[in-house]
Amino acid sequence: MATDTPASQAPAAAIAGLDNLDVLPPQQARGQFWAKAWAAAWPKLLALVLALAIWQLVYLSGFKHAILPGPATTLRNLWEQLHHGLIWQAIGTTLRRAVIGFALALVIGTVVGALVSRIRPLRAAVGSLITAVQTLPSIVWVPFAIILFGANTTAILFVIVMTAAPAIANGLIAGADYLPPLLLRAGKTMGLRRVSLYRHVIMPATLPAFVGGLKQGWAFGWHGLIAGEVVVIILGQPSLGVLLTNDQDQADMASAIGVIILILIIGIVVDMLFNVVNGRIRRRWGVAEGAA
Amino acid sequence: MSIDARRAAPAAVTPVTPAGSAVQISDVSKTFGRGDTALLALDRVSLSVAPGEFVCLIGASGCGKSTLLSLVADLDTPTSGELSTGGRRVSLMFQESALFPWLTAARNIELPLRANGMPRAERRDRVAELLDLVHLSAFADKRPHQLSGGMRQRVALARALAQDAEILLMDEPFGALDAMTRDLLHEVLEGIWRRNKLSILFVTHEVREAVRLGDRVVLLSSRPGRVIGEFPVDFGRPRGMDSAQTVELAIKIKAQLREEVIRHGN
Repeated sequence: MATDTPASQAPAAAIAGLDNLDVLPPQQARGQFWAKAWAAAWPKLLALVLALAIWQLVYLSGFKHAILPGPATTLRNLWEQLHHGLIWQAIGTTLRRAVIGFALALVIGTVVGALVSRIRPLRAAVGSLITAVQTLPSIVWVPFAIILFGANTTAILFVIVMTAAPAIANGLIAGADYLPPLLLRAGKTMGLRRVSLYRHVIMPATLPAFVGGLKQGWAFGWHGLIAGEVVVIILGQPSLGVLLTNDQDQADMASAIGVIILILIIGIVVDMLFNVVNGRIRRRWGVAEGAA
Repeated sequence: MSIDARRAAPAAVTPVTPAGSAVQISDVSKTFGRGDTALLALDRVSLSVAPGEFVCLIGASGCGKSTLLSLVADLDTPTSGELSTGGRRVSLMFQESALFPWLTAARNIELPLRANGMPRAERRDRVAELLDLVHLSAFADKRPHQLSGGMRQRVALARALAQDAEILLMDEPFGALDAMTRDLLHEVLEGIWRRNKLSILFVTHEVREAVRLGDRVVLLSSRPGRVIGEFPVDFGRPRGMDSAQTVELAIKIKAQLREEVIRHGN
């Protein structure tokens, strides 16, 4: 029997020494938040200033002078629009559709992705079809949806689902494809089976690819949503797409550019949110250390 | 099965098979594929590991070492032959730690305990105990990518031990480590093996490592894998990797290993 001290005690000191030499130096302090934020922000600000400068130059050159407003006029127009309820109502409608449509796409994309990645014959039959659907321009679904559902909110939600769901499904399928076989083996060796193997190994292992798919699905869905809104005009329900159409009818370029800027900002903000989640997961998984 | 008819084993060593062995492998063959492209990976391998015995398996490439471990771990089934671990729990360790990158060291070790349905409080104590055993208490909350290779293998060892296995199968677990780390891990493993009275089947391509650790070194031929030699290691522990006795026996084993490799050159 064990009359000795814990048998593994002998090499303890040497191991402690090696471990201390081996571990990574402590991560940089978080105190440099503003420095980091500035480092990330200034190239974008510079790009923005450059874009405005080029726009101003085009304006000064007199190109389509009667139609194309300069940045000053446009931004003043946008500022005034923001003081009226209409544009906020439009933003509200568009965002509500985005959330509902994306939620539907999330459920459908996840179910389809899970089925296709697990069932081999289905994979062979439908796998490439999903990618093919993903390459379709979002606008092609608009006439289809209007014929199918009429010019209403359902049609717009349908367009979002058809554009976003394939990307989400593909993210999940890619995650399942790159599931390291060694991790599966390790999970099986420790007695994880079926549900528990799914919960403890397969799902967390596919999470980074899944979130990548969500991010892409959002971008596609956002395209589809605005495309749908530009065409499907529902009385009494202003949306960003409807505002664009109105501007087109009235040849109001300043207002149109203002709406485009809003659409751009919303798209960027949501994309940034996905990047935060993505970055956090990647750091946790050790895929991209310290990379923001 | 048909494999037996196709090939005769010229120099198969008759294994000593003590009654009540922890691992009993009898005439196990494994063929991959079918028809003309079929590959005979293991050819009537017989081998036993006594309870508490440390057996090292050595062989050149293509000797089916890893295949054999998969069969013992029940991750694959033999084409023919009998395989038994007498209902004992088996756990498996690989050359790569195969830790789950999204879990901390402590959580990795805890997962098999959760799979077994151990209550939370009990789990916490057991994890602390295991972390201490592999000298990683200070690194409980680190994720695998924050640890060195040697530390990861120790987490993997603790995770294997968390499965309360009596049989530990190890597939070149220290093959990717630097010499000093490996030497220290030999000591850790030897200590745990003694303390927990484990039966270990340890695959390696490093002959001196096999002599350093094993009670017995079993030599496998390549393509197909077949037992072609057994070397009892009868000098005392702890042994040094570089001690005269270790080197002497290693030279002997290497000579036979080389003959086996040359056979494939002709």
